[in-house]
Amino acid sequence: MSALRTVDDRGARKAGGPQAGAGGRRAAVRAALMALPLLFFAAFFAYPVAAIVTRGLHQGGSWQFGRFADVLGDPGIRHVLWFTCWQAAASTALTLLVALPGAYAFARLDFPGRRLLRAVVTVPFVLPTVVAGSAFLALLGPDGFTDSLVGVRLDTSVWAILIAHVFFNYAVVVRTVGGLWAQLDPAQEEAARMLGSSRLAAWRRVTLPALGPSVAAAALMVFLFTFTSFGVIQILGGPTRSTLEVEIYRQTAEVFDLPTAAVLTLLQFAAVIAILVLHGWTVRRRESVLRLVDPAMTAHRPRGAGERALLGGVLAVIGLVILLPLGVLVARSFDTPSGYGLAFYRALGSTDGGTFSVAPWQTVGNSLRFAAIATVIALTVGGLAAAALVRRAGRLVRGFDALLMLPLGTSAVTVGFGFLIALDKPPLDLRDSWLLVPLAQALVGTPFVVRVMLPVLRAVDERLREAAAVLGASPWRVWREVEMPMVSRAVAIAAGFAFAVSLGEFGATVFIARPDNPTLPVAVARLLGRAGALNHGQAMALSTVLMGVCAASLLALESLRTTGSGEL
Amino acid sequence: MTARAAAGTGARTARHAADGALLRLDAATVRFGARTALDAVDLDVAEHEIVSVLGPSGSGKSTLLRAVAGLTALDGGRVLLGGADQRDVPAHRRGVGLMFQDHQLFPQRDVGGNVGFGPRMHKAPREQRQRRVAELLDLVGLPGARSRSVATLSGGEQQRVALARALAPEPRLLMLDEPLGQLDRSLRERLVVELRQLFGRLGTTVLAVTHDQGEAFALADRVVLMRDGTIAQTGTPLEVWQYPASEFVARFLGFENITDAVVTDGVAVTDWGRLPAPAGAPDGPCRLLVRPTGVLLSAEGVLRCEVAARTFRGGHVAVRVRPERGPLLEAECALRAAPREGERVGVAFDPEDIVVLRG
Repeated sequence: MSALRTVDDRGARKAGGPQAGAGGRRAAVRAALMALPLLFFAAFFAYPVAAIVTRGLHQGGSWQFGRFADVLGDPGIRHVLWFTCWQAAASTALTLLVALPGAYAFARLDFPGRRLLRAVVTVPFVLPTVVAGSAFLALLGPDGFTDSLVGVRLDTSVWAILIAHVFFNYAVVVRTVGGLWAQLDPAQEEAARMLGSSRLAAWRRVTLPALGPSVAAAALMVFLFTFTSFGVIQILGGPTRSTLEVEIYRQTAEVFDLPTAAVLTLLQFAAVIAILVLHGWTVRRRESVLRLVDPAMTAHRPRGAGERALLGGVLAVIGLVILLPLGVLVARSFDTPSGYGLAFYRALGSTDGGTFSVAPWQTVGNSLRFAAIATVIALTVGGLAAAALVRRAGRLVRGFDALLMLPLGTSAVTVGFGFLIALDKPPLDLRDSWLLVPLAQALVGTPFVVRVMLPVLRAVDERLREAAAVLGASPWRVWREVEMPMVSRAVAIAAGFAFAVSLGEFGATVFIARPDNPTLPVAVARLLGRAGALNHGQAMALSTVLMGVCAASLLALESLRTTGSGEL
Repeated sequence: MTARAAAGTGARTARHAADGALLRLDAATVRFGARTALDAVDLDVAEHEIVSVLGPSGSGKSTLLRAVAGLTALDGGRVLLGGADQRDVPAHRRGVGLMFQDHQLFPQRDVGGNVGFGPRMHKAPREQRQRRVAELLDLVGLPGARSRSVATLSGGEQQRVALARALAPEPRLLMLDEPLGQLDRSLRERLVVELRQLFGRLGTTVLAVTHDQGEAFALADRVVLMRDGTIAQTGTPLEVWQYPASEFVARFLGFENITDAVVTDGVAVTDWGRLPAPAGAPDGPCRLLVRPTGVLLSAEGVLRCEVAARTFRGGHVAVRVRPERGPLLEAECALRAAPREGERVGVAFDPEDIVVLRG
């Protein structure tokens, strides 16, 4: 019966194909939907990035491609490239190692508090990197948790970076791999066992190949995020460790060597495109035929010593790698020189520190306001893009899909600095506009909106729309009556992600936020950059506030989410 | 336009033009790439008529419904409703109803919300809408189901709600795509009778698509048989059953006793021997059908056969016999009279059940 339906569906879809008269109209609608997102990306992504690359490489009336050789020949830069690659690879491997058992536990084991914990492990993913950096500094740094406990400081070792990356990306693996794992039909593995495979062999031959593409997709995502890591390295890397992204920042903002920065930007761009192409390919492979079932049917209570030990191990890892840093951060924010108290929080209300012309506390309001506006922009742009991409189509549209992911991996520093130098003259003179910050944040939020909404929109049966049309609903009414009620939940989730990501955006905002109007993460970074227990304590307090806001918006989302099959 | 030239069709067209056929397809053509799903189809449906479109999967019958509904655009020809060309009329303004094969109820609305959807789209006032919903739920035998969630409905109940929803905006033409396809047999047989009575009472004009001949014959005033995007035959259920126009139609209806014949002076010479040809059969070679009821098993039969298999079909037994020459024959026997497997019998043919097939 379902096979029959698939054939019918295909017929229905084909019916709207390019040959049909309605097809022309549909292509026109798609083009209209894509117009605004394309314009947005052209003006606020392509143009600034192109401007900064041009500024760096087009000097004295000609292109300075010789800079490539100079930059690549520099041993310092070569060291940066080497470090960027190997720390990303090591972080990815470590994340998979730690998070895959977690993916299994969340997918297949039924234990009390599972949903809440799933939300909690997602908090780091949307947490500003600056906050995570300070959390790990509090945990592993001078006078930190491990220092005072066992006399070991890890903030100078590369382990701090790797663990912080695991902290960030744990949720990516749990959600991407676990989401699919929960839906794999256990009967397949049972069938293999009935045919004489051992438990391990059945897992290796049946489950692993089915999971393979999603593991690869998750690994590539983690690699992308760690390859372009900025805030974590800034805070935990010390003077000797630097990723491409950090180096771009250094060359741009400290050394003022724009040609080198431009070369590095292009390098990173190429690497990110390669990763995204690979990712797109594995995701499409994942869409191949798998027997999927309702996740609720596959979970069971832990059975036997093995599964209980696994669950215990997973919970212990979550406790150590995720809950402990967050806890230590909160604890440090209360740990004043005169005993536990609210002194750091009180200090946030005054301008005495001299770090800013405004009280740090006011940055909370700035951040919320900017993030709210960025969310509206990201929802509009991302929503239109998702609507345009609902019906699968040719290569051109797939390219548009990939283009939307690009800002996730492009150097935020480049984007931020590009904003400064490109958007300061007509026709786009936004130099003094507060709008720059939300625009940059929306650029990062939009890919999340598309990722969350697209699968849900695609799941709406075409014939449900047709049923409404035949009953007299105009295309606009069909959208409002059929689509909206079904995707409103996804819109809320997308909004929450966009909001949290905008709230935490640092790399671009640090360039374009005006000194009298900084955002929360920018304030945290500035406080961390200054000496003194009060500044440090205030940074912890401000980070705790930011974490609270992020966690609250995320927990609100988790209550909306019914099944966890989304990619992120 | 080619089929229109045929004499019989031409006469009917003239009559319907006078009546004003509610639906007219005029050389309607739909192509999907290289494949032609609907190939210059002409069809008229008169007001209050119930027409069943019957055919194997891929014959274009669903495409026909979608083209009339405005969900698939024509590549050629015209669709007229009440005499008006529908070329530039979008689906939501055509005023036709379509009941989908798997119902496609709106999952986030309750039963009342589903049934009231059409009237709401047509801006009916609230009280009128609620009255209409109650009325229709009574009509389909689900009184008081208004606030039930559609997820709690059984297959048969979903089908009833889908029907009520399609009827609610009072469409001038109701189209059903495999309306009973997903239901079990006994429910299907009961519902098809109910549907026919209901449509008769309401005077609804109906165009229904099905691949089940029993369903089509039980529901329709007129049956349209489709093959490869063209109409293979149209007529009343009885006409089609008694005089299949072609071997394709005959085989689709389940007839298997078909063989080559040469007709001379009212006698058809076949592998099975000399059979009486039906009156008016032209001389020359043709394909010949003998309906199973016309294969008479008796000791006196001239054609000697051995019984190869027998299958109980409820009221009768289908007996397959292997003649001494020619292809297998299927006969219909009363329960008691059916011979056993391996038994040797004689076969005679009833001239009433012999049909000459075209093409």
